[in-house]
Amino acid sequence: MSDEYDNNKTYQAQSSETMGGSAPASPDMDYVRPAEIPDQELYHGHSFITKWVFCQDAKVIGVQYFLTAVFTGVVGLILSWLMRLQLGFPGAAGFMTAEHYYQFVTMHGMIMVVYFLTALFLGGFGNYLIPLMVGARDMVFPYVNMISFWMFFIAVAVLMASFFVPGGPTGAGWTLYPPQTILPGTPGAGMGILLMLVSLSLFVIGFTMGGLNYLITILQARTRGMTLMRMPLTVWGIFTATVLAMLAFPALLVSAIMMTLDKILGTSFFMPTIIQAGEVLDYGGGSPILFQHLFWFFGHPEVYIVALPAFGIVSDLISVHSRKNIFGYRMMVWAIVGIGALSFFVWAHHMYVSGMNPWFGFFFATTTLIIAVPTAMKVYNWILTLWRGNIRLNTVMLWCLGFIVTFVNGGITGIFLGNVSVDVPLSDTYFVIAHFHMVMGIAPLMVIMGAVYHWFPLVSGKFLDEKLGKWHFWFTFLGAYSIYFPMHYLGFIGVPRRYFEMYDSPYMTSAVGMNEFISMAAFIVGAAQFILIYNIIKTLKVGKKAGHNPWKANSLEWLTSTVPPEHGNFGERLPVVHRWPYDFSVPGAKEDYITQTTPPSEVVHTEVEKT
Amino acid sequence: MSDPKIEGLQLKPGFRGMADDTGSDQTMFKGVHWGKAMMWIFLLSDTFVFSCFLISYMKGRGSTLVDWPYPSEVFALHVGGVSVPLLLIAIMTFVLITSSGTMALAVKYGYEKNRKMCGWLVLATALGGLTFVGMQAFEWSKLIEEGVRPWENPFGAAQFGSFFFMITGFHGTHVSIGVIFLFIYAYKVFAGHYENGGKRGWFTTMKGDYVEIEILGLYWHFVDLVWVFIFAFFYLW
Repeated sequence: MSDEYDNNKTYQAQSSETMGGSAPASPDMDYVRPAEIPDQELYHGHSFITKWVFCQDAKVIGVQYFLTAVFTGVVGLILSWLMRLQLGFPGAAGFMTAEHYYQFVTMHGMIMVVYFLTALFLGGFGNYLIPLMVGARDMVFPYVNMISFWMFFIAVAVLMASFFVPGGPTGAGWTLYPPQTILPGTPGAGMGILLMLVSLSLFVIGFTMGGLNYLITILQARTRGMTLMRMPLTVWGIFTATVLAMLAFPALLVSAIMMTLDKILGTSFFMPTIIQAGEVLDYGGGSPILFQHLFWFFGHPEVYIVALPAFGIVSDLISVHSRKNIFGYRMMVWAIVGIGALSFFVWAHHMYVSGMNPWFGFFFATTTLIIAVPTAMKVYNWILTLWRGNIRLNTVMLWCLGFIVTFVNGGITGIFLGNVSVDVPLSDTYFVIAHFHMVMGIAPLMVIMGAVYHWFPLVSGKFLDEKLGKWHFWFTFLGAYSIYFPMHYLGFIGVPRRYFEMYDSPYMTSAVGMNEFISMAAFIVGAAQFILIYNIIKTLKVGKKAGHNPWKANSLEWLTSTVPPEHGNFGERLPVVHRWPYDFSVPGAKEDYITQTTPPSEVVHTEVEKT
Repeated sequence: MSDPKIEGLQLKPGFRGMADDTGSDQTMFKGVHWGKAMMWIFLLSDTFVFSCFLISYMKGRGSTLVDWPYPSEVFALHVGGVSVPLLLIAIMTFVLITSSGTMALAVKYGYEKNRKMCGWLVLATALGGLTFVGMQAFEWSKLIEEGVRPWENPFGAAQFGSFFFMITGFHGTHVSIGVIFLFIYAYKVFAGHYENGGKRGWFTTMKGDYVEIEILGLYWHFVDLVWVFIFAFFYLW
């Protein structure tokens, strides 16, 4: 930081002190350090192939990621319908065997967590928003970025191929615990599990390419005036999540490689001595617990890889749509970073029932509960942002409010499960299903929906239909609660998860009606999602034109030269940033928002925050 | 090293400077090439990959029921009727560490725009790496001849072969990829792709610069460093 820059700060301070007086608009106060990095030269595609297929524009890549992830999400949704059909009305789907059921459970879990949510937040929103929000022309390595998407595409293709191989996809549960994962008797223990492991490895490789792009773009390619503490929280969320992914995915890659070797070469990394049908297998001496450690060292940060971008995005949406600056911006940033750091020290809380030293469990219970502190801070800050805000109760805001409620709900059950003594009886029951679907399924999904309604006018230049959007929200919100609230109760009465059929069990007799109700709700909620798809198609055809900056937001993505933004984003000159993106409803300002590019000399008479 | 120079900007040393850079606009690592920053972060991620491998190895070795093979005997070479422990591996390690030295010199000459010296040194590094991979292939075939397999071996715990082939194989893949790139970059240096403002790369609009040699060097030094750990954990433990 140079001395001139410090001067700039004092100028700003003077301007707000002399508010109301006749502050002369000194040209010095608008000083921003000259460019440190030369303008990026871009490779412009000319043919259809280079423009839309193998495209190097991060925005197109973002949309490609988004569509591919949504495709896998729809597959995951259909699988969940089939599961609920079996659970609510056993035998209703004639073809459904126990093997099918386990395969659907496994694929639903893996698809939703990795190929849908992770790819959607980081690949989809990350690619589209990072360059726009930090004021870059594109990602720093556009070619690598393009490869990243196609790696992901191949990973998805390999995953989907496992539905069509002999034996079908793996049915080991999404955690893929050995030794059962690769032993005969588990559905898909042949080709299914191999394709799953190959697909995961490809996903990790592809993601690494994308992740390096996101990180370097944020660290090294911001526009003039854009300090880290002036970045929108969306970027902070995606940034921290990407750091987590870069450090957590290695564990997944390693465990996938080792399990592949166990499967095809007969090594015994994870395989203990096993007697199968009276016969001793060739395996011996390996440690299944080692896999669990590796898997959850990936798996727990993965939860936050999904959650942190959601936290960031929802902060921006709440701020814009309640016309108020985000409460405690710095606290929010440090909470995101703190949650990210803590998430590497809690993984064994997924393994309380695997058997561990009590002190080990004590340690992990403690760290788990500590995470509640920064998360609670974030929830308070969202609520305080809303408090006395000029709330626009539009579709976006509805999704945000839905998110806060759902996240608090899922977070509180998380405190139950974080304690060893409470977790042991609740483990592997529907309580766990309810908890993580609330906290990392429905809650981030609500943010995705809000974000789609918020940024669709930027991507397409047209508003999504509000009326359809509200129907979509209420069906999803009420429906999701109809599904998951009763599941908490099912968990308390001891209904185990991952059971194919249990109507003959004594504890299920009281829950038959409830199970049927949950299934009906699941069908309706799933179907309601197609309202969005209909809405998008309808909007693209006859939607209302949005124009420039339709939400009156401050951040750079709305200040592009054209809507939707062209390749290169900002026309001739990159924007110069003078403030954070949260100057809403500033007393004394002409409008209720001051964009990030507004120079201080234009707002000397306002009580603008010094950022 | 490439000296970060930014017009109108005095870089402060130490933690004060780091805090200033972090709090400033545009870039966090002042004057650092994008590719160089990327390589550092990639290497951090790769460190986690190798850490996971080595920690799994420690766990696997610690929990086997059968005794672990005695490395001084398994990795010994018979020279003139005398069994010399760790002979091959000592030579391999020496070659790889030496190639790190030639790589460092290549970076130095690159920044001095000494095209010839830089090119020869990159080539020497590539040959060093190739020698290493060749010797590793020899070691593998020797062990395989003696009956060591990923799933079993005559010396003791079956996991010995599993971890040995997996981890040295994964490291060897890293070295091989490095060797391929070293040859490509040796060609690029000799062909003058980094002279006179630089030639544009394939598929991209980025211009070549001798910083690419340093980026490649970072990768190469990392691979060597990882080898030191593998050496310590497999051969000395």
